[in-house]
Amino acid sequence: MTITNYDERILKSNHPIPGAPNNWRRFFGFNTDAKVIGIQYIVTALVFLLLGGLLGMLIRGELITPPSDLFDPTVYNGLYTMHGTVMLFLFLFPILSGLTNLLVPPMIGAPDMAFPKLNALAFWLVPVFSIVLLTSFFVPGGPASSGWWSYPPVSIQNPLGHFLNGQMLWIVAIGLSGVSSIMGAINFVTTIIKMRAPGMGFFKMPIFIWTVLAAQILQLLGLPALTGGAVMLFFDLNFGTSFFNPETGGDPVLFQHFFWFYSHPAVYVMVLPVFGIFSELFPTYSRKPLFGYKFVAVASFGITILSLVVWVHHMFYTGTPMWMRNLFMFTTMLIAVPTGVKVFAWIATLWGGNLRLNTPMLFCLGGLFNFIFGGITGVMLATVPIDIHVGNTYFVVAHFHYIIFNTIAFGIFAGIYHWFPKFTGRMFYEGLGKIHFTLTFIGATLNWLPLHWAGLLGMPRRVASYDPEFAIWNVIASIGAFMLGVASIPFILNMVSSWSRGKKAPPNPWNAIGLEWLLPSPPPHENFEDDIPTVLNEPYNYGLNKPFVLDEEFYISKALNDS
Amino acid sequence: MNFKDNINLKISLIFGITFAVFIDLILSKLMANWSYSWLPVQASKAAPYVDNLFAFETGIGTFIFLGCSGVIGWVLLFNRAPKYDESYGEPIEGNIKLEIVWTLVPLFLVIAIAIYSTKVNTTLQNLGEKIKYDSQNELPIYLDQKQDSTDTLIDVIARQWNWEFKYPEGFSSSELHIPINKKVYFRLISKDVIHGFYIPAFRLKQDIIPGSIISYSLTPTREGTYRLRDSMFSGAYFSQNQTNVIVESNDSYQAWIKKTVKKVPVNGLNRAGLLYEKRLEKGDKGWATIPPSPPPIVNDPGDPDSPHDG
Repeated sequence: MTITNYDERILKSNHPIPGAPNNWRRFFGFNTDAKVIGIQYIVTALVFLLLGGLLGMLIRGELITPPSDLFDPTVYNGLYTMHGTVMLFLFLFPILSGLTNLLVPPMIGAPDMAFPKLNALAFWLVPVFSIVLLTSFFVPGGPASSGWWSYPPVSIQNPLGHFLNGQMLWIVAIGLSGVSSIMGAINFVTTIIKMRAPGMGFFKMPIFIWTVLAAQILQLLGLPALTGGAVMLFFDLNFGTSFFNPETGGDPVLFQHFFWFYSHPAVYVMVLPVFGIFSELFPTYSRKPLFGYKFVAVASFGITILSLVVWVHHMFYTGTPMWMRNLFMFTTMLIAVPTGVKVFAWIATLWGGNLRLNTPMLFCLGGLFNFIFGGITGVMLATVPIDIHVGNTYFVVAHFHYIIFNTIAFGIFAGIYHWFPKFTGRMFYEGLGKIHFTLTFIGATLNWLPLHWAGLLGMPRRVASYDPEFAIWNVIASIGAFMLGVASIPFILNMVSSWSRGKKAPPNPWNAIGLEWLLPSPPPHENFEDDIPTVLNEPYNYGLNKPFVLDEEFYISKALNDS
Repeated sequence: MNFKDNINLKISLIFGITFAVFIDLILSKLMANWSYSWLPVQASKAAPYVDNLFAFETGIGTFIFLGCSGVIGWVLLFNRAPKYDESYGEPIEGNIKLEIVWTLVPLFLVIAIAIYSTKVNTTLQNLGEKIKYDSQNELPIYLDQKQDSTDTLIDVIARQWNWEFKYPEGFSSSELHIPINKKVYFRLISKDVIHGFYIPAFRLKQDIIPGSIISYSLTPTREGTYRLRDSMFSGAYFSQNQTNVIVESNDSYQAWIKKTVKKVPVNGLNRAGLLYEKRLEKGDKGWATIPPSPPPIVNDPGDPDSPHDG
């Protein structure tokens, strides 16, 4: 049994910082409370989801007809580049940091994150780099328009020759985003390793904590490569160096190695916490223990290790030698094994359960269903001969949206609904939630399922116009995209109205097991304060009559009294 | 539950699972057969290999997908809690045997797929050598090791945003004409950024890297007109960077060469250039782009509006 000793400075520090407001104003200032920061991240990210979604709908508006008739192709290129960048760096990474901030301290019984000021700084970089990125819409020449990969030489062509250009602002924004993510990663890893409740050994941590640890270690290992690549690209673009510029002896393919060494694992940084959310929610709403807890926990690190050695699968057709293609094909396919362990464990958790199909569970089930599909097309893309045909086509676009939206965003929505009562103290409206789910599931399926066939038939990605034979798939996809836009209305209505006037939430509305559910809703500033529970058993012992913590009854009644 | 009931339950469970697996297998086979129709016509030696591999993976993928979603569907139908029922499900914590099975079976499956694909890779061998050169200098004379001096060697030159094909007979064309059932060799050259040499009907794609010459070969197997599309994003008029590949019998290929050699060089296919001119006429609105490179001077500008087979 590991008994963790707290750093006394954390427990003794005044929290929130003296003078900080304790009303809605606290969300608009430099607040060091992880729960405030978590909500700051989530709300900021959701605003950018709307912006990214709007950009996505503009793309689908252009592509509803074969010719390039809605925008000039240069505008289209800028829009799709910004769509990808906004969705990844302004929506997905921040919203996952937000959920992680909200959940990690209460789930492990810590009063706050290890470095609260660093935590606040990491958050406040988000509005900074967001403004830098969005400013690029207004500089001469327009924003970056070389795709979110920013492959040189296209990205360093700088048509107007100005020092201040969209691509340059893009690189600065991505660099700052990397700095913010590294700050966050240091904080999360330290908190999880050093600040767990007494008795919470590694194999008694919730799976969400396991996946966060796996994901954040990946951030620390991978981000330096991307940041290094971005700095070199910045120098090539603005100072005429020749790291990647072939005209002066550089090698453009080198950038692709720097880029994908981080950017492929980045997908796992995003999907791992979502696997964590699935692992928390399926047992809760099936009223069953998580099937094979230890296997699911260890599989997270299997994914982390493998994901560091798969990046060349993005480069099967760049002239990569055969031995390297075969090797990276094999490592990529191996990821299916630990991922399969997780998928089968979730399905086995559902089996024989007593399922409660509320909004968070529906999003989880939808996400799992979509993930199985996206995983299968992922193995197809890992297969060299198939990738040589469908690589850089709409098949890839369809595949990664199945992962990044139909799985990751579904998991995020599930998590937001599931923990909404805990952190706002209010229940959400189930009816609006179900409308949100239904519209999202149908919209997402219409949007991305048909595009697989466009890709198989040979429609390249990133095109502003296409041959008429691809029209049918694109029309269906565009209808789906607009439906996803409509789906945001019940979601916003639900969040705003529930938070302001929803029914008061009890401490544990879902009868879930976990330290966070032993706290009042919303939890006090320092979570358990001086009464940190001692963990006795693995989490998820639904129906097993094994208490999770010592003196469970005491915490349950304390939470009820404090609410 | 007595012993007899237990046996009956086991028998019906085994029967049920066998039946479900059988149905899943049949559906997966049907899906694999159907998957051939999702792809363009097969027009190169590589295409059948790629399509067979794709059908194989579609079959396996369908089996797994239907198996998993079948169980999820079953649970959704039969294991839903009545309203206000918060009672527990069966408290099963895990099963080591099952964990071993669902670790090893996917492992063997991916090893099988990887071995199969490696074999296909070894058979196809489209990619030759890639050598770097100083783009300020002349192109080095460069022949693939495996190449015979009598083989056709065509230079593929990609620019922002047009294609040029230079033939050993000393002329050039905006469309790629190649003879059927004969291995054709290419030198892939980019004059500016990375482009992708992608012919969906051939199931082949190769990036063209500026600063390198890439040796490439393929064997067309079906007469017809096919699209060649730039597959690596190359800037403003990327989607216009397409042309046709014309696969013809050796006789008509030779006739085309004889005819084209004598033709007077003209401006080649240059859709991006025309669109850019239109943009300038309208007051140069939109975001910045570098101007398109001038059209290549070719003997055969081709017919960009002719219909294609894939």
